[in-house]
Parts: sequence; C-alpha cells; structure tokens
Amino acid sequence: MGKSLFDKVWDAHIVSQNGDDCLLYIDRHLIHEVTSPQAFAGLNDKGRKVRRPDRTFATMDHSISTRSLALDACGPTNALQLRTLMQNCEAHGISLYPVGHQKQGIVHVIGPERGLILPGMTVVCGDSHTATHGAFGALAFGIGTSQVEHVLATQTLKQVKPKSMKIEVNGELGLGVTAKDIILAIIGKIGHAGATGHVIEYAGSAIEGLSMEARMTICNMSIEAGAKAGMIAPDAVTFAYLQGREFAPQGHSWQQALEWWQSLPSDADAHFDSIVRLDAADIAPQVTWGTNPGQVSSVTTPVPAPQDFSDEVEQTSCQKALTYMGLTPGQHLTDVAVSHVFIGSCTNSRIEDLRAAADIAKRGRVASSVTAIVVPGSNEVKQQAEAEGLDQIFLQAGFEWRLPGCSMCLGMNDDILGPGDRCASTSNRNFEGRQGRGARTHLVSPAMAAAAALHGHFVDVRTLNGSHS
Amino acid sequence: MSGFTQHSGIAVPLDMANVDTDQIIPKQFLTSVSRSGYGKHLFHDWRYLDANEQQLNPDFVLNRPEYQGASVLLTRQNFGCGSSREHAPWALTDYGFKAVLASSFADIFYGNCINNQLLPVALSVNEIDQLFSYLAASPQTQLQIDLVAQRVTCGPLHFNFEIDPAHKNTLLKGLDAIGQTLEEIAAIEGYEHALPVWR
Repeated sequence: MGKSLFDKVWDAHIVSQNGDDCLLYIDRHLIHEVTSPQAFAGLNDKGRKVRRPDRTFATMDHSISTRSLALDACGPTNALQLRTLMQNCEAHGISLYPVGHQKQGIVHVIGPERGLILPGMTVVCGDSHTATHGAFGALAFGIGTSQVEHVLATQTLKQVKPKSMKIEVNGELGLGVTAKDIILAIIGKIGHAGATGHVIEYAGSAIEGLSMEARMTICNMSIEAGAKAGMIAPDAVTFAYLQGREFAPQGHSWQQALEWWQSLPSDADAHFDSIVRLDAADIAPQVTWGTNPGQVSSVTTPVPAPQDFSDEVEQTSCQKALTYMGLTPGQHLTDVAVSHVFIGSCTNSRIEDLRAAADIAKRGRVASSVTAIVVPGSNEVKQQAEAEGLDQIFLQAGFEWRLPGCSMCLGMNDDILGPGDRCASTSNRNFEGRQGRGARTHLVSPAMAAAAALHGHFVDVRTLNGSHS
Repeated sequence: MSGFTQHSGIAVPLDMANVDTDQIIPKQFLTSVSRSGYGKHLFHDWRYLDANEQQLNPDFVLNRPEYQGASVLLTRQNFGCGSSREHAPWALTDYGFKAVLASSFADIFYGNCINNQLLPVALSVNEIDQLFSYLAASPQTQLQIDLVAQRVTCGPLHFNFEIDPAHKNTLLKGLDAIGQTLEEIAAIEGYEHALPVWR
C-alpha cells in the first residue's frame, strides 16, 4: 500500500507514539492578537518559556483598524490586546509584524508571502483558516488557545490521526469561474460538515492548473466543510512561487529540500477513506443563500425551499436561514439587491483576487445604493496593487481602498454592518451576525463581488461583456 | 485542574443543527485578554434583544424559567463549527455547562472542550432525537452523565458513548497537558537534532 501526501507529512513529524496518540512536531507556529494572550498568560503563570521563538511568527490582523495605523483606533480594549501581543513577543523573542510594518498583514497572507510555509511542514495557528497553508503541501490546521500554549511551550501537539478524503476536480473551468467557486461548489456538494474528522487532498487537473494564490483560496475554506486540513501536492507551480522568498531555503539547501518535496505527492496506490469527484465544467459562479457555507448554489439556481431537502433537520435549517436572510423560495439571486460589498479576507485578498475585482470595477461605477470596500490582505499586496494602479481603478469606480487586515470578514474592528444590511462578500463565513448583528452575508468570488457592487444586485459574471479579456 | 468523573443536572434543549462558534460567542467579545467572564455573553445574539444585554429574549430556550440552573446542553449535529476560538468553551463553562450532548461536533471545538473540562458527548442522531422527545415532556429530568462508564442516563433512557482513551484520561484526571509533554523533552530534542537545516 502506498502513502498519501498526508500520510508522508504526518509520518515525518511523529516524535513519539502511544497507541493512536501521536506527539507531532510543529515546524511553524503563526500567532495573532486574538487567540494568543491567554496562552502567554498561561506560560507566564507557570514560569514556562517559548521553546522555539525562531519557529514562531506573529502579526496583527483581526482587531486592527483599516482606516488608521493607530493601535487605539478601534478603542481601548482592542488596543490592549494589540499591546499585549507586542509585550509578549518582545518578552519571548518572537518576530512580530505590527500595524504599519512593511511585512504586516493577515496571518494567512503574510505566511506564504514571506516563504515561511514550505511543502511537507506542519503549520499551526490559533485560527481555523490555517488550512490555507495546505496549498503548499503542508499539513496546516487551526488550534485553540490551550493548544497555542502547548505549542509555544513544547513545539509539539498531541494528535490522533484523522481520516483522509480525496477530492478530485477534473476538466476545464468555464470562463469567469474561479477557485472560490470550486471550493463553494465542493462544500455545497459534501455539506458544511461533510469532511469533519478528515484531512482533504484536493487533486485533479482543474486543481493542478491553479496558481498558488487560487490553491490557497481552495485550502482556506477546507474548514467550511468541517475538515481538519486541506492539502494540495507540491509541484513546479509551488516551487516557482517559493524560490527566492525571504525564508525559503537557498543554494544547496534548496536543492536538498526540493528533493524531499518532490517525493511528497501521493503514491498511485495511496489509500483514502473516501473519494469525491467533481467535473470542473459543471461548476458555475456560486452564491451562498443561507447562513452556513454549505447553503450555496450557482448564481443561476433559484433560492431553494425547505421541502427541497429530504432531511428534517436540513429543512428546519433552510427555513431558519431563509428567515434570517430575508429570502423567499424560488427567488432569483440576480434579483437580490445588496447594500454592501466587501472584497478582502484570508480567502480572497491577494493580488490575483484584486486584479480580478479591478477587471470588473474598471467598467463602471459602484451603484449609488452600495457601499463597497476593498481591503488588501497585506502591505505587500497593497503596494503591489498600487504599483499596478489597481487602487486608482477601485477609487475611481467608487470603492474605498483600505489598510490591510481581517476587517469585515468578522468585524472585530469598526468594519461592521447593521441589521438588515446585505453584503456580497469574498470572505469565508456567512454565519448569522458574522459581519454584524442582523447583517446578511452572501459569499462570492472577487469578480462576482465587484459585479454586484456595480449593478447593485448579484449578476452572473459570465454574462458581462468583455469579461476576462 | 480537578477531574471530571460524573455529573448530574438538567439539560437545555437547543434544537438546532450547525450551531457555530460565532453564535456561541460573537466576535465583539473576543477582544478580551482574559480566559474568564464570557458566560454572560454566551449566545448573545439569540439571548438578548439588544446589543447592551439589557433585555432578555423570552423566546430563547436558555431564558425560559424551567431551564435556569441547567448544566447540560442538548443540541444537534455539527455543534461548534466555524472559528477555532476557545472563547466558545470558555463561555459555555463560565455559564455553568459541564457537558454538551450532540450527534456530532466540529473537530477544533471538540478538542477545545477536552482542554477545558467540558465533556462533549457524541450520541447517534436517533439517541439525540429520543432525548429531545423525552425532555420535551419532562424538562426537569436530571440527566446523569458517567464518564467512567461512558454512559448517559435520562429517565428510562440509557445510552453509551465513545470517547478517545487519551481524551477520557485528560478529563478524568484534569491533567496538565504541557507538563506531560515536557516529560518527553528528550524525544523532542532528539527529533530536532535530526532535522535538516532547511526545515
């Protein structure tokens, strides 16, 4: 029996094993202000040290303003959290990219940017979207604060090996269909808890054909299908992205590393506990209609009715979601008006996402009924976008151009919506209240979000003239 | 931390699937740097009619008089999905919950429960249905949850549940997980010494 990518990375990190319980070595630990303060407090209470500050990197992203570089711009509570991170990093010798730093940004954007994430690594962070880094063939997963403390103190985690799932997407993607649409279609197919207890490997020609940034978008939302992690086999695209980045190996080390990385893809006879297949040609631009990411359909499909579901619990969930979202069965999503558009988040705030959105934005103006904001994922993305003139395209079209951070994905700063506001959002969660109490979130791709901003309602980007030139 | 062996208490039936951690504890309460004080914000959007938590929502099950003092939460599939925020089990335990019964849990939330002495009990969909039905008729029933025997008793209903032996041990003994791992420091150092320079 051959080994899968996941098997190989797992096995390479076992420090010790007792029955099913493995002590796994953690290569990279990313931290941010929200889920780390209690972990450092726990260490300090017990007089423990950070075992490997050189393997630990910190940024500020969740609680920060996207309008001001001042730490107290979002009030004293947020400021205390940010200052606590600064103090903890200083006391324990951890590299921190604070607000205003050239390398600051959303933790899952800056990790890859800096070359901190390499194939075959184990990567953890107190954030469920850590799965993003699986795009490099790393085993990357989100952890709770007690586990953050455990990794800080020991550079290891105790884990029982999850099951494995292979998701194959083969064939050609249609024009205007993006990585965001692929992952939303996958979640729609297998369900919001369809991969609970599993590590997913995404494979197939449609996945192989994606850029690194698109692969990150896919892996990012693995958690939205309940998966512990999502992984994609490293290949020439991966290696080309990494070469020359700040923390990537160089010279002789690069050659040695490359040899190992090239051995990581799943063997032909690797075992998977389940296999799911999708045809890329069947995937249309997606829009969520409900209050979890599994409640999604193609933009051309009318809003479902509770009786469309066979399961009683799903019927109840559908009814509850429709009530919250203010939608009626049979309604066309292209008739649904939006009041806000958010382009950003660890799912879709990288340069390719901004280029896709700008490609739509340059053709018109934001509808007068819509407030639209663009929040780049990092300072590096922001500067690149400005060098390409994308900021000017957005500003001239009536979008706001903000400073990097998590922003309206979860609204831990002042980027929050009011009751009844309806947002086309490139983020990852459409939970009740996620973007503000009573606010309604529809998850879409960057191009779909930009198109909704211009038209004031959802539109099928495939029907726009001059698309994707 | 003291261990969990058994618990007896009344259960709140939260008849919803896919309850996410944004519902358990919304983001505006995550700016604290403390582990305590989250209980009053538990299920904030559902529990209160206003943002300042002055007006209780009388229709929300947690606010009903018959469930005051409840220490067991009965709910449905995929409980705790979404964000990794450990503030979710902190809010549940701070409120007074000792155990959560559901047909399935999200992975990160489940692990966070174990690390906070909150017992997550996974039962079958059918067993959860039976508990909802029984408690609808007899809401004041004292549930007995025995971790040693891995058994839930509710009136005439008796269900066994599965739990990973290591998780069970952690809950029973209230162990310091970091202290335990640090006993393996020689193995960790050995692993590190064998790593190539580029990893």
